[in-house]
Amino acid sequence: MSAFADQVFLLARRSVVRTIRQPANVVFPLVFPMLLLAVNSGGLKAETRLPGFPTKSFVAFALAVPFIQGALFATMNAGTDLARDIQTGFLSRLSLTPMRGIAVLAGQLGGVVTMGVIQATVYLSVGLAVGVRPASGALGVLVLFGFALLVSLGFGALGAFAALRTGSGEAVQSIFPAFFVFLFISSMNIPRNLIAAGWFRDLATANPVSYLIECVRSLLITGWDGQALALGFGIAAAITVVALALASWALRVRMAR
Amino acid sequence: MDAIEAEHLVREFKNGPRAVDRIDLAVRSGEIYGFLGPNGAGKSTTVHMLTTLLPPTAGTARVAGYDVVHEGPQVRMRIGAALQEAALDPLLTGREHLRLQASLQAMPRNERRARAGELLARVGLSEAADRKVGGYSGGMKRRLDLALALVHRPPVLFLDEPTTGLDIQSRTALWGEVGRLAREEGVTVFLTTQYLEEADVLADRVGIIDHGRIVAEGTPAELKAQVGRPSVEAVPADPADRKLVGEILARFGEPITSAKGVAVRLREGESDLAGIVRALDADELKVEHLQLHQPSLDDVFLAKTGRSLEGEAPEEEQSARPGLAMEPA
Amino acid sequence: MSFAVARAVAWRTLHNVFTHPSLLIPSLIFPLFFFTAFAGGLSRVRDVPGFDFPLGYTAFQFAFVVLQSAAFGGVFTGFGIARDFESGFARRLMLAAPNRAGIVLGYGAAALIRWLFTVAVVTGVAFAVGMKVGGSGVDLFGLYALALLLNVAALLWASGVAMRLRTMQAGPVMQMPVFLTLFFAPVYVPLSLLKGWIHAVAVVNPLTRVLEAGRGFLAGSPTDVGAAFAAALALAALFSLWAVRGLRNAESAG
Ligand SMILES: Nc1ncnc2c1ncn2[C@@H]1O[C@H](COP(=O)(O)OP(=O)(O)O)[C@@H](O)[C@H]1O
Ligand SMILES: [Mg+2]
Repeated sequence: MSAFADQVFLLARRSVVRTIRQPANVVFPLVFPMLLLAVNSGGLKAETRLPGFPTKSFVAFALAVPFIQGALFATMNAGTDLARDIQTGFLSRLSLTPMRGIAVLAGQLGGVVTMGVIQATVYLSVGLAVGVRPASGALGVLVLFGFALLVSLGFGALGAFAALRTGSGEAVQSIFPAFFVFLFISSMNIPRNLIAAGWFRDLATANPVSYLIECVRSLLITGWDGQALALGFGIAAAITVVALALASWALRVRMAR
Repeated sequence: MDAIEAEHLVREFKNGPRAVDRIDLAVRSGEIYGFLGPNGAGKSTTVHMLTTLLPPTAGTARVAGYDVVHEGPQVRMRIGAALQEAALDPLLTGREHLRLQASLQAMPRNERRARAGELLARVGLSEAADRKVGGYSGGMKRRLDLALALVHRPPVLFLDEPTTGLDIQSRTALWGEVGRLAREEGVTVFLTTQYLEEADVLADRVGIIDHGRIVAEGTPAELKAQVGRPSVEAVPADPADRKLVGEILARFGEPITSAKGVAVRLREGESDLAGIVRALDADELKVEHLQLHQPSLDDVFLAKTGRSLEGEAPEEEQSARPGLAMEPA
Repeated sequence: MSFAVARAVAWRTLHNVFTHPSLLIPSLIFPLFFFTAFAGGLSRVRDVPGFDFPLGYTAFQFAFVVLQSAAFGGVFTGFGIARDFESGFARRLMLAAPNRAGIVLGYGAAALIRWLFTVAVVTGVAFAVGMKVGGSGVDLFGLYALALLLNVAALLWASGVAMRLRTMQAGPVMQMPVFLTLFFAPVYVPLSLLKGWIHAVAVVNPLTRVLEAGRGFLAGSPTDVGAAFAAALALAALFSLWAVRGLRNAESAG
C-alpha cells in the first residue's frame, strides 16, 4: 500500500471509530429517520386514496426519504468532528507532518461514506422487513447502494467545507435546520403532481433534494425510470463535484495559515 | 460563636473514594482560614458541603450559626462563594451578572445599581463592565466572580482556589483584597489553595488536608514550629575546608544533609546565626554561601504525609487530544 | 422571596434568548416551518374521502402548529437548563436562591413568555395567509389555553431530564419523546381516518384529545373540551412531580 493510501485508510478508520464511540451519533441517524418513517407512513396512509397516487403502499413511497435524511445527519456529524479537529489543534499538528492535506479530507469522507453504506443497509432491511419489495429487483438495490454512496460523499464534502470554512462545531450544527428545510419543502411526503398549492409545488420542483428522493423512490416503487435516475444521479454528482472542489479549496486555505 | 463549625463531616461518592473523611473545623468569626491540600484532597467537596450545594453523607456543619442541611436558606443568605470553576454566563456582561446576582439575593432594587458600580470598581473591572464575559481573561473572570460573591455583603466568604492559574500581579491584588475584607469588614474567609505561599501569607490559620483528612492545623508559625527549628547551610569557598566548617556548625545543632556544603538544624533558632558567623570568622574560614532556611509549610506537609506538596503540578485544564494511531514522521 | 429568584432567573433566560438570534430563531422557525411544509405541501389531503374538517387544511394544521410550538418552546428552555448545569452556572443559582423552587418557576416563566412571542408570530402569519376560523373567534383562546398547559408540561418534563442528567447531551432525551408524542397524534388527518396500529396508538395518546379539541375550538364547535383539559392538566401535574424530584436529585448530587 502506498503511504498516501495508508494515511487515508488510517484517517478513515479513525473517523468511523470516533463516530461509533459517540453512541448518539450512531443511534440518532439510524433511529430518527425510521421513527419519522413510522409516523408518516401511519399518519399519511390516507394519501394513497388520492386519485393519481403512484402506489398502494405508503411505506414503500416514504422509504426513499431516510436514505437522503440519513446522509444529512451523517454530514452534520462528520462536519462537527472535523470542526473539533480544527478547534483542538489536531489539524494544525497534521499540517506539521509531511502528510498531504488531501489525505485528511479523503480520510474524513471515507468515514462518512462507510457510515452512509451501513445506514443504507439498515434502512433497506427495515423496509424489506415491513414488506417493501423494490420494484427494480436485486440490480436496483445495487444501484440504490451506489446512489447512497454518492449522496453521502457529496453531503459529507459539504459538511467538511462548512467545518473548514468556519472552524466551529456550533456553526456547523447551526446549518442543520437549513438542511431540514430542504428536506421538508420537497416531494418528501407527497408526489409533486399532487401538491395543490402552486407556490409549494414550484419550490419543491426547484429543490434538488426532491430529485434525490425521487431517484430512490423510482427504484423502490416504479422500476427502471431512466429520467428519474438520470436526474438523481446527475444532481448528486454535481453536488459532489462542487462540494469536493469547495472543500479542498477551504482545506488549502486553512492548511496554508 | 464560630462562623464555621463542622463535626465528623463525611462525604462519599457513589463508586468513588471517601472524598471527605471525618473532618472537624472551627473557624472563628473574622478569621482567614486557609485550607491547603493537593489536587483531589477533598477541598472542593468540603466547600460544597459547607455552602449547602452538596449534602454530607455523615456529620454536621453549621455556617453563620445555621445547620447546612436543615437550614439551607438561612445559610445561603449569609454566605458568598466563588467556586473553583467561575461559573459565568458567556452571553451576559459583567454588569449584567452583578445585576442578576443582586436580584437573586433579593437586594432592594434602588441599591443594585450603586452596589454593582462600587464592586466593579473595587475589583478593577469598571472599564470592562459592559463587555460580554465570554471575552474576559481568566483573571478578569476570577475577579468578577469575587465581586459577585460579595454583592449582598455576606459575613462568611468561601473562595475555592481563587488564584489558581492567575499571574503574579492578579494574585497579589486578590490577596490584598481578601486581607482587606477580613481586616476592615470583619468577613470570615474560608479559602482553599494548593499554594503554600498563599496559605502562609494570607491565612490566620491553616488546615492541611490530604486524602479527605485534616493532617495538621494551626497558625503558619505554629505549624512550622511543629516540624522544627530553622537550619543553616554553609558552602565553604575552598572545598577542602568542608570538614572544618562542619565541625564549627555542629556546635550549634545536629547535622543534616546538604547537597553543596554542610548544614545543621539549629538548637536555639535564628539567634544562633550571629554566633556561627563569629565562630567561622575566628577560625578565618571563608564561606561562599551562608543561608538560613526557615521551615516551610511544605516541610510540614512532608512531615505529615511523607510527600512533598511542591512537587505536585498545579491543576491544569486538560486539553482534549483525539488519539490517532499514527507515527509522527 | 422565591418570587425575586424566579424573576431574576426569568430575566436572565429571556435576556439571553432575545439578544441572541441563534437561541431565538429555532423556536420560531420550527413551527413556521412545519406550518409551511404541512399546510402548504399537503393541502390535497383535504380531498381524501372522509376528511371532514370544515375550515380547510390551513386551519387544520394551525392547531397542530400552535401545540407543537408550545411543547417545543418548553423543550428549548430545557436545553438552557441543561447548559446551565453543565457549565456550573446552575450552582450559582442554587447558591444564591434561598428557595430553589423559585429557580424552576423562573425558567417556567421564561418558557411561557418565549412561547407567547412565538405564538403571536405564528398566529400573525396564519391570518396573513388567509386562515379562516369558525365561531366567534373567542374560541381561539381555548386552543391557546390548551397550548399553554402543554408548554408548562413540556418544560417540566425537560427540566426534570436536565436536572437529572445535567449535560447538554441530554438534548435528544428531552426532545425525542415530545416529538414522538406530538407526531403519534392525528397530525395530518382526523383521528377517524387513521387505520391500524397508528390509530391504536393515537387513541391512547393524551395529545390526541388536546389536538382534536384544539381543532374544535378553531372551527367554533368545541368538542370533548373537558377531556382535553383534563389530559393537559394531568400531564402538567405528572411532570411537576418529575421536575421536583429532578431538583432534589440535582441537589443531592451537588
Ligand atoms: N461528583 C463526584 N463524583 C465522584 N467523585 C468525586 C466527585 N467530586 C469529587 N470526587 C472525588 O473526590 C475527591 C476529592 O475531590 P475534590 O473535593 O474536588 O478535591 P480538591 O478540590 O481538593 O482538588 C477526588 O478523588 C475526586 O475525584
Ligand atoms: Mg477543588
